Amino acid sequence: MNYLPTYWSDDLSSQLTCGEIVLVSIKIELNTQLQFIEGIVAVTNQRLMAKMYGDEAWQSWYFHDDLRLVQHDHAGIGFLELLDAHKRITYWRYRFGDGSIKELIECFAQQRKLHTQNESDSLLHSVTQDQIPSKNSVQELSEFLVANESIEKATSTWNLLRLWRFAKPYKGRLLIGFLLTLCSTAATLVPPYLTMPLMDNVLIPYQNGEPINTELATFYLSGLLVAAVIAWILGWTRTYMLARVSERMGADLRTTTYEHLLSLSHDYFGGKRTGDLMARIGTETDRINLFLSLHLLDFATDVIMIVMTAIILFSINPWLALVTLAPLPIIAWLIHLVRDRLRIGFEKVDRIWAEVNNVLADTIPGIRVVKAFAQEKRESERFRAANLRNLQINDRVNKIWSLFTPTVTLLTEIGLLVVWVFGIWQISHDEITVGVLTAFLAYIGRFYLRLDSMSRIVSITQKAAAGTKRIFDILDHQSSIPESKNPIPFKTTQGRIELQNVSFRYGTRSITDNVSLTIEPGEMVGLVGHSGSGKSTLVNLICRFHDVTEGAILIDGYDLRSLSIADYRRHIGLVLQEPFLFYGTIADNIAYGKPTATWSEIVEAARAAHAHEFILRLPHGYDSIVGERGQALSGGERQRISIARALLINPRILILDEATSSVDTATEKEIQKALENLVQGRTTIAIAHRLSTLRKANRLVVLDCGKIVEIGNHTELMAREGFYYRLYQAQARNIDTEDSTTIIPSAEHSASGEYR
Amino acid sequence: MIHMLDYHLSRNSYGRMVLTTASDPIEKEVVPVRAFPISNPLRGISLIDRQGYELAWIDSLTELPQDSRELIENELESREFTPEIKRIIKLSSFITPTTWSVETDRGNTDFVLKGEEDIRRLSASSLMIADQYGIHFLIRDRAKLDHHSRKLLDHFL
Repeated sequence: MNYLPTYWSDDLSSQLTCGEIVLVSIKIELNTQLQFIEGIVAVTNQRLMAKMYGDEAWQSWYFHDDLRLVQHDHAGIGFLELLDAHKRITYWRYRFGDGSIKELIECFAQQRKLHTQNESDSLLHSVTQDQIPSKNSVQELSEFLVANESIEKATSTWNLLRLWRFAKPYKGRLLIGFLLTLCSTAATLVPPYLTMPLMDNVLIPYQNGEPINTELATFYLSGLLVAAVIAWILGWTRTYMLARVSERMGADLRTTTYEHLLSLSHDYFGGKRTGDLMARIGTETDRINLFLSLHLLDFATDVIMIVMTAIILFSINPWLALVTLAPLPIIAWLIHLVRDRLRIGFEKVDRIWAEVNNVLADTIPGIRVVKAFAQEKRESERFRAANLRNLQINDRVNKIWSLFTPTVTLLTEIGLLVVWVFGIWQISHDEITVGVLTAFLAYIGRFYLRLDSMSRIVSITQKAAAGTKRIFDILDHQSSIPESKNPIPFKTTQGRIELQNVSFRYGTRSITDNVSLTIEPGEMVGLVGHSGSGKSTLVNLICRFHDVTEGAILIDGYDLRSLSIADYRRHIGLVLQEPFLFYGTIADNIAYGKPTATWSEIVEAARAAHAHEFILRLPHGYDSIVGERGQALSGGERQRISIARALLINPRILILDEATSSVDTATEKEIQKALENLVQGRTTIAIAHRLSTLRKANRLVVLDCGKIVEIGNHTELMAREGFYYRLYQAQARNIDTEDSTTIIPSAEHSASGEYR
Repeated sequence: MIHMLDYHLSRNSYGRMVLTTASDPIEKEVVPVRAFPISNPLRGISLIDRQGYELAWIDSLTELPQDSRELIENELESREFTPEIKRIIKLSSFITPTTWSVETDRGNTDFVLKGEEDIRRLSASSLMIADQYGIHFLIRDRAKLDHHSRKLLDHFL
């Protein structure tokens, strides 16, 4: 058991008797008083053993017939109980992720069976056969550990290096840009160099009574002009070129992030807030873009300039150069000091910015609720509070920041002073000429200027690094429903759906438990049950919005997980309780699943969905614009548009998730008629709260607490007088007491909300 | 729903809490659940059966006889697991997901924070941090943490 800490495995192996081997052992991290204390539970081929840290001795239980090991959990922590026929013998608590409890239980059950079946040769048996599960468990656990480790990644500014992935396609242009930067920087360094001979050979001799050497002066001055012009041309070309490249990189980054976001599974969006995601893709990419196109470029130029200047200065006079460059390490140290504080600050600013966005993203879609409950004041208060925090955090960051730049400037001035003092001293000792000092002052004027702007790069880099991290948070997130490595193309299907022992857990909650069901091509199956019984989950599993935790779903005999997701979903028509209409024309909305549809196809689909007539009543017919939530249309109208949308792609598998429960009975009849057109010849799975809607179904599947309790058609199930009968009776009573034409049982909460 | 004191609570040999009433001597397994575990843990406790139906409602534990109260308190204690962070020892990195090494009132442990959104603000000073498996860690008053812990925590606020 190489994954156990050695002190445990040593302790454990010292307890073993001759011929006894450990099959599965797990480390648990909680004791029964729920303290974080380590312990071990192990199954050997003879007994169950356990010890908690600090215990004197091992406890052990030899296998016998009545012994059972069971597990249940609540809110992230589990109970592992050892029971016999009459009572609980003992129990352990464990944290999720404390090894493979399931493995342990299975192994225990297997061993107990072996022992009770055949006491005499159980030993041999277990040694030969049960080596395998134990090996598996080792492997699984080590995989688990690896997965845990890989969660953590390199951090901080190094994140920026990851942007290389987006720079790669522009390698060539980046190289040219870099060379141009080198040349243009070199060109800008020529003018100060020329001041040296200009001073020493022209001005000083003139001051000493000699006439001005016009020829030499013209030469130097034209040199200055030429250098300036060349620097201008080179600078312009490189800025233009690199800015273009970085703009493209930024665009790639944005698109890639969005595409990746779309590929993520259902539950990712459940856990994230819209405003936050929007801020990441919008603001952060823009910030990175700006960083790449402007600041990074400047920084590179600065570094090149500093290196070149240093070389020139040393070549002129090493001593003076040394004095000039002395403040550099101090400034570097200062930059380093402030870096961390600023980074944290800027990350905070980002987070609070997302918070401000979140308030907007919450309120604007829910504006009807806000207004209806007259809570405008409270919402604006919330926004004000978020804004206030934004202000406070910015204030704090600015406090550090505002001190930083003037300090650098002060150091610059002091540096200049030092150079003056040392320079004058050197001139007085005739070690350098006035020209050299002039050149030095001209150089370091630029030099320190650059240092100042370089110090600014710190904050900008930190901001960009924080932004990059937030972008890569999205990019690194693997979809929890991965596309298989060799997806089977899935062009046509008959629509035969088979669920084999399907179980599904959401977080720590078990939603669906061991469901097996076969739906034949063209069959209509109705799913019935209380809300929370797992109907919508089953549908989500069939659509592959989630992957099953155990078991398998087969479509035409293929495992769903092996099929190409996009191919598969193309065969599914989904009609939801709350139809979502995108901003655009009605025609666009109907053709959403098949953008190439002709107008006659669209009209045909609308007609079949009984939507044609009401669409024509709208002022712009099919070209009418409907809003984000389709405010201009009634619930039934929107529903019929979504039915038309499903009809247009002509799916083999049709899923109706409470398609009619949010509308009144008259509209329901309309929709029913539309649905009848839709259902024909397709494998249909319908969820309905109103049982009357399912009268066309070939079979009804009654679910309760994630399990199938009854299957049959309406008549059979009524005859059985079971679960369905009671549901039906309850609804019938409701209809009697109310008027059957008015409102019937209130719609249950939305499908997707069922397990959140 | 049954009214107060019409029922009797006990623990069966399997260690589960069971409820019996005068009219129905069959033992029903029940679980106590707090209605407001965070905002008002002492008031409003419901006894739920295995199917998830509420069998009894307790406004306040003080209205119960001593033995029942102790039983419920015991049961709640064994089900509730919200370690309170006393000190943050180490963070593996400042970028999520990150492993936190913490000292809690239940001993030292490590947990993985998946993302900043798993830190929930309960009030201005208290926080609830959910780990990757859904266990909640509480920071009752972050002003009372030591300087080092506060500094580490500050990265995520």
